[in-house]
Amino acid sequence: MKLFLRAYARNKGAIAGIIVVLLVCLIAALASWVFPYSPWDMQGAPFQPPGDPDLWLGSDSLGRDVAAGIAYGARVSLLIGAVSTAAALCLGVTLGAIAGYASGALDDAIMRFTEFFQTVPSFILAIVLVAIFSPSLGSIVSAIAVVSWPPVTRVVRAEFLSLRSREFVQAAEVLGHSHTTIIWREILPNALAPVIVLASLMVANAILLESGLSFLGLGDPNLISWGYMIGAGRSVIRLAWWMSVFPGLAIFLTVLALNLVGEGLGDALNPRLARRR
Amino acid sequence: MTLSPTSPSPRGRGVGGWGHLASLAAQRLLKIVAVILAIAVTNFLLIHAAPGDPASVIAGESGAADPQFMAQLRAQFGLDQPLSTQLAIYLNHVLHGDLGTSFRQGRPVAALIFERLPATLLLTGCAFAFAIVAGIALGAMAANRVGRITDSVITVLALGFYATPLFWVGLMLVLLLSVWLNWLPSFGMETVGAGYTGLTAIADVAQHLILPALTLGLFYMAVYARLTRASMLEVSAQDFVRTARAKGVPEGRILRRHILRNALLPVITFAGIQAGQLIGGSILVETVFAWPGIGRLAFDALLARDYQVLLGVFLVTSILVVLFNLLTDLLYAVIDPRVQTA
Repeated sequence: MKLFLRAYARNKGAIAGIIVVLLVCLIAALASWVFPYSPWDMQGAPFQPPGDPDLWLGSDSLGRDVAAGIAYGARVSLLIGAVSTAAALCLGVTLGAIAGYASGALDDAIMRFTEFFQTVPSFILAIVLVAIFSPSLGSIVSAIAVVSWPPVTRVVRAEFLSLRSREFVQAAEVLGHSHTTIIWREILPNALAPVIVLASLMVANAILLESGLSFLGLGDPNLISWGYMIGAGRSVIRLAWWMSVFPGLAIFLTVLALNLVGEGLGDALNPRLARRR
Repeated sequence: MTLSPTSPSPRGRGVGGWGHLASLAAQRLLKIVAVILAIAVTNFLLIHAAPGDPASVIAGESGAADPQFMAQLRAQFGLDQPLSTQLAIYLNHVLHGDLGTSFRQGRPVAALIFERLPATLLLTGCAFAFAIVAGIALGAMAANRVGRITDSVITVLALGFYATPLFWVGLMLVLLLSVWLNWLPSFGMETVGAGYTGLTAIADVAQHLILPALTLGLFYMAVYARLTRASMLEVSAQDFVRTARAKGVPEGRILRRHILRNALLPVITFAGIQAGQLIGGSILVETVFAWPGIGRLAFDALLARDYQVLLGVFLVTSILVVLFNLLTDLLYAVIDPRVQTA
């Protein structure tokens, strides 16, 4: 663990990334304390430019506080990013483990299924799913999970295929352990490193997907989100640039930070690859 | 597409080379039919999951929703048949190019999509060409000067564009180049009411095309640049590059013939897989720039809750992606003769 932390700390970008991610988490956690009002409520005159001490990122076309919207939006982005990634991981790891462990016809069937989901344009599928099941936190999370599990399955399957024939797995088989024990106790812990790296990139991707969906008006109508704010600012961009610039910066910084964390994790968990770079 | 970074080597194309390619194509075709069938079935199931069947929509709009009228409408649309029969009817319709009717516009969905398709293909094609050319060039430049300032700048740029939402890049470009500097038009495909003809019309469309194509392309440019850089570094550490250097092959030739050519293979594979995402991204870009393509059509359908059109777009774009993947597979086989029919 100490070695891992030291390897991670060697990557400056990764350090900056983790700091930004923690900051965004902090903002999300303190949103209702710093802005003790609903982000949907009017706080001043509409179209106030940024700089005002009460509305330091300006106000939107209905006089709502842009800064408050960004703080509350952080909650939505992080929540959707985390939950949809968790769901996609459950699905992807299960299918990948089965495919890699069982091999044969079952493996074939699972891989065809995975390929199918990789072929279909994922953003359009997500739009269709959210539109049909009507926009809500649940439908958005499910749609993002449905379009983002295939890479997990591929990675986990590849790991299982290579670990399946190793000595320690054979030893466990000789000892008479059941398949479930071997999968859970022997192979899975050894296959997790690339999955962890992938997970941090998936959270970033989920946040981008969510912002795209809510930009198109497919966000949860009860929750303010960064994508929705940009969408609302789009038609008045000539009048109020701050309405779309600041939420976009929030998405950019969060996603960039998560990508940097992913890269740092990848380097730290796979030192052989890192040195080659 | 416009991808021809290397010409096929005469050595690699031995006896029966084209026959090999043909069997590869035949096998892919079979797979394509299966995938398209699966997409059509998925689409059918989604139509069923959508709220409000055609009968209730029409009944609701005509204001007469008595049960008898509804039952009559359902019989007319075949909605009283068992699900499997409905699926067969649906597949038969799709096979004949019938994707249903838009209830909002009262026109066949297929016609709506096909009149919008050229605009989308123009946009995604230009964006893709830009992304791949610029991405490979930047990636190669970075790998060639690894560890130096050029490399750092390109790496940071690529990281940045990789993390920016497409639609936001579009808005920022509009703000900068269109609102503040007034250099380029910010929406539409042509100047409304200008009535240009001939070359001026083409120039007009090209001018409108720059911002959306750039917006859509920048993200993918970042992806390809990162990929090309990593792949080139990997290849340049291999033995045959050292051998070439020891033989005294000029550095520029090593870079082009030995490193770049081998490094491009994973980039092309990835680009093929990504084609689908590009079409998905064009929905966002077309929405931002009011580009009259199928993305814009999908957005309007979304606002009007016109599910038939939305699902038609889903079906057509999925099929486009499958066809595009076939194209990349074949291209791959041309560039790398080692590819086996697997």
